Amino acid sequence: MSQKSNSAGNGVGHAAGSEDRYAEATQLQLTWWRFKKHKLALLSLWIVAFFYLIAIFADVLAINDPQATDARRSYIPPQGIHLFDDGNFRPHVNGLKGTRDLKTFKLAYTPDPAKKLPVRLFARGYSYHLFGLIPTDIHVLGVEGGEAVDGLFLLGTDQLGRDLYSRLVVATRISLSIGLAGVGLSLLLGILLGGLSGLYGGIVDTVIQRVIEMVRSIPTIPLWMGLAAALPNTWSVTQVYFAITLIISLFGWTELARVVRGRFLALREEDFVIAAELAGASQLRIIFRHMLPSFASHVIAATSLALPAMIISETSLSFLGLGLRAPAISWGILLQDAQNVQVLAGAPWLLLAAVPVILVILAFNFLGDGLRDAADPYG
Amino acid sequence: MAEQPAQSAPCLLSVRDLVVDFRLDQGTIRAVENISLDLFAGRVLGVVGESGCGKSITARAILGIIDRPGRIVSGRVLLDPGTTRQLDLATLSNDSRELRSVRGGRIGLIFQEPMTALSNHYTVGNQIMEAVRAHKPKMTKPEARAKAVTLLGEVGIPNPDGRIDAYPFQLSGGLRQRVGIAMALAGDPDILIADEPTTALDVTTQAQILLLLRHLQRDKKIALMLITHDMGVIAQMADEVAVMYLGRVVEKAPVEHLFAAPRHPYTRALLRSVPNIHAKPRERLASIGGAVPHPARRPSGCSFHPRCPEVIAGRCAETEPAPVPAGADGAACFHAELTP
Amino acid sequence: MLNFLARRLLIAAMTCVMISILTFVIIRLPPGDFVDAYIANLAASGSTVTAEQATALRREYGLDRSVFVQYGLWISRVVRGDFGISMMWRRPVTEVIGDRLWLTMVVSFSALFLTWMIALPIGIYSAVRQYSIGDYAATLLGFIGLAIPNFLLALILMYAGFRYFGLAIGGLFSAEYAEAPWSWARAWDLAKHVPLPACVLALAGTAQLIRIMRANLLDELRKPYVVTARAKGISERRLLLKYPVRAALNPFASAVAYLFPYLVSGSIVVSLVLGLPTVGPLLLQALVAQDMYLAGSIVLLLGLLTVIGTLVSDLLLMWIEPRIRLEGRG
Repeated sequence: MSQKSNSAGNGVGHAAGSEDRYAEATQLQLTWWRFKKHKLALLSLWIVAFFYLIAIFADVLAINDPQATDARRSYIPPQGIHLFDDGNFRPHVNGLKGTRDLKTFKLAYTPDPAKKLPVRLFARGYSYHLFGLIPTDIHVLGVEGGEAVDGLFLLGTDQLGRDLYSRLVVATRISLSIGLAGVGLSLLLGILLGGLSGLYGGIVDTVIQRVIEMVRSIPTIPLWMGLAAALPNTWSVTQVYFAITLIISLFGWTELARVVRGRFLALREEDFVIAAELAGASQLRIIFRHMLPSFASHVIAATSLALPAMIISETSLSFLGLGLRAPAISWGILLQDAQNVQVLAGAPWLLLAAVPVILVILAFNFLGDGLRDAADPYG
Repeated sequence: MAEQPAQSAPCLLSVRDLVVDFRLDQGTIRAVENISLDLFAGRVLGVVGESGCGKSITARAILGIIDRPGRIVSGRVLLDPGTTRQLDLATLSNDSRELRSVRGGRIGLIFQEPMTALSNHYTVGNQIMEAVRAHKPKMTKPEARAKAVTLLGEVGIPNPDGRIDAYPFQLSGGLRQRVGIAMALAGDPDILIADEPTTALDVTTQAQILLLLRHLQRDKKIALMLITHDMGVIAQMADEVAVMYLGRVVEKAPVEHLFAAPRHPYTRALLRSVPNIHAKPRERLASIGGAVPHPARRPSGCSFHPRCPEVIAGRCAETEPAPVPAGADGAACFHAELTP
Repeated sequence: MLNFLARRLLIAAMTCVMISILTFVIIRLPPGDFVDAYIANLAASGSTVTAEQATALRREYGLDRSVFVQYGLWISRVVRGDFGISMMWRRPVTEVIGDRLWLTMVVSFSALFLTWMIALPIGIYSAVRQYSIGDYAATLLGFIGLAIPNFLLALILMYAGFRYFGLAIGGLFSAEYAEAPWSWARAWDLAKHVPLPACVLALAGTAQLIRIMRANLLDELRKPYVVTARAKGISERRLLLKYPVRAALNPFASAVAYLFPYLVSGSIVVSLVLGLPTVGPLLLQALVAQDMYLAGSIVLLLGLLTVIGTLVSDLLLMWIEPRIRLEGRG
């Protein structure tokens, strides 16, 4: 008993100035201040931001054309950059000599110390459109005078000789955006149905709750697979992209709807909502002016917890060959190449595509956890 | 040391200079400071004070069941003091066999919240029989069940044969509290600690439960420690009273003395806040100014001085009045020292 | 109790209907109908079908009628256990699926069991020894389990097994038992192979359940009835298991109910990576080859079995919760 009064009393003792600050802050500001105290969540926020920056500037960061194939450079292992040349700072990579093993017919590569390809910052490479608008061919890193086997392959190449690093960088674009788009659609569905459910209650609530229960008890992957496999082969990458987004969002909305409904139900009983009702505010005004701001942070938290599931969904589908199809590049498509143990034994670096997947999922989870704690410190 | 109440009744439990700390990240909080109490067979000690004054913590400290991060720092909890069987409970480890045999065996505990103090996953009978068999391991299940039925009858539950198989959520608050009392009696204790046993009940039920406690205590010659914040309950039940404030006993006296001539300003304030039948119509009930300070920010000098209407300027805020001596009556107040 | 039971059964029945409709949609989604595909398939192997034969076939399968009638015809055949014919294998779907469905369930149930067995003690430990090194380790494990999609875990394990131990991990049977008829030896062989895929599947769910168990138990440990039990003089270990763990088991049990569909889903992908003879690889082949009756039947059967599994765990929950069991009686 006394223990409780102790812990409740701990929050006292702010300076008078900061108390004013707290009194005037909006719900979102309060959440943000609480969030900043979670070091791990804050770090995760930076990681997530970092990956989205990569996605935005993917082409600038890529070194080689992610689609360019060349049989002569199949399965090149990851290469290091030599920073010094005869004691002088002159970053370069060694050229490679490919020799075919006559027994296995595999290409083996040995660095050729005589061939030094200087590494340049903001070098010219393959041409692309920056942000889809500005035509350019500037890349952050590049080598001069490379041909076929000679080039900078930081993370090695795949069977067709495509640069894994560049492909990974470019893949962030699709993998991260499809998660966002899927969550966006889910959010729309979730807020709409959860809101209806929580606002009107009664029969509407019962029906929607039952539907949610049903959707949750269906094994989703076989259904996704069925739906995804039914997409016509003739569809373009963009069409497939949107169809897949729709499919993964169809099953992801339930958790969001649950959160929104719970919040609506709790808020409906709150004094400030009743006060607004008594003051004659319209239903819409109450929802958008009073209720929405006070659960926005919960929704943000639930969203960031739903994102990793979306990313995993896309990755799984593409990994199975039922999601996005080449020439699209996503993490799942890259991992598809790593499906076979025999291939992995010869080119283990293909598994590196798993690293960003795990990092991003982990970061989103920590971020979501931190946000949830910050949004609802007592819940 | 003037009048030792009921010299004839043996002292069953003596608490001496008990200190309990809570170690939190923000620092250590002293929840109970140098408390000394005595429980006599067949008598009722009322412990009264506002919420957060350390009443419940004292009760739990006696039984060694304080929640983390609280712990007993010093002091003694003597069972059968002065006899050859004397045992200091404070020295025993919390989960030791000896202390466990005292808990529920010699000392029974009755709780405040009848709705949450029982588990909803087991029948009432199961939970009482568990308490019975915990202290009589040789007892068979049918014997324990018979004993549980007897106990339920003793605490005035109608149809104990049927109710023994009920789940707590099927019972009313009053019945649940009776079950709680039956459970506390399961080990045939000679000491009972009742922590606000009637706070969560409605007024009629309160009166019934108090009556039941009174009867049981008298019939079985039990030493009862009754914790409450209600001066009315004290007047009705207690033989001796200890008034607590911020983890300390500020006044100790036989009940009739306390009500006739309260010596500590805090006791007087508590008494003024009880509705009086002789009050004039529309008279406002007195309340104690201010709130109980946070234990981490204990005021200097006499800790009651910021709220005290009789504060002596230049003295109460600087120096601490002498504490109530262990095993005796008195008040920790400069006013009381002036007029003994 | 009857109320609860009726509600559960009704929801389960409605879910089954929903799954059947979705399955039907999937079967009908690819352009052309079953007869078109059948004709194309026959043509590929050299035989031809005349226009009259095609029309007759269409009439037989009701393909010339409305969508609703077609659904009705299909579902009435399914109820009688006739799932149609697999185009790819030219055999009845039930024959093609054979043991695979049961093996899928064996793997999923083992994973569920394992999830319980691991999550329960670790969850209890984490709550009772909050902020201990063990608690942090469990939390860390939890996050790793959360972050690694199970097919990636399978991939990594397979690579590690191959690279460092020279083992080919995967499959559910040793070579000598793969095609053998059922016997005790074969069942024992299966039992030896199940733990690895079950572990892979269980990791993500285990992580989730540990967190659920820990949070619930922490809540329960603060409840007054724990103090009551302590005041009775029962030993800490006994009261812990009897009261708070028992109470925390409820949300835990219902979490298991919605975990099961995830496990079945996961088993599909993991089976592909580890080469398990479950319905997973078969489903993928069928979908790629647009063998829609086979694919649809697998989706339908998986869905139905999942609903049954969820229902069973719901009933289990009802059994351990006296409040629900006695509903309407107290």
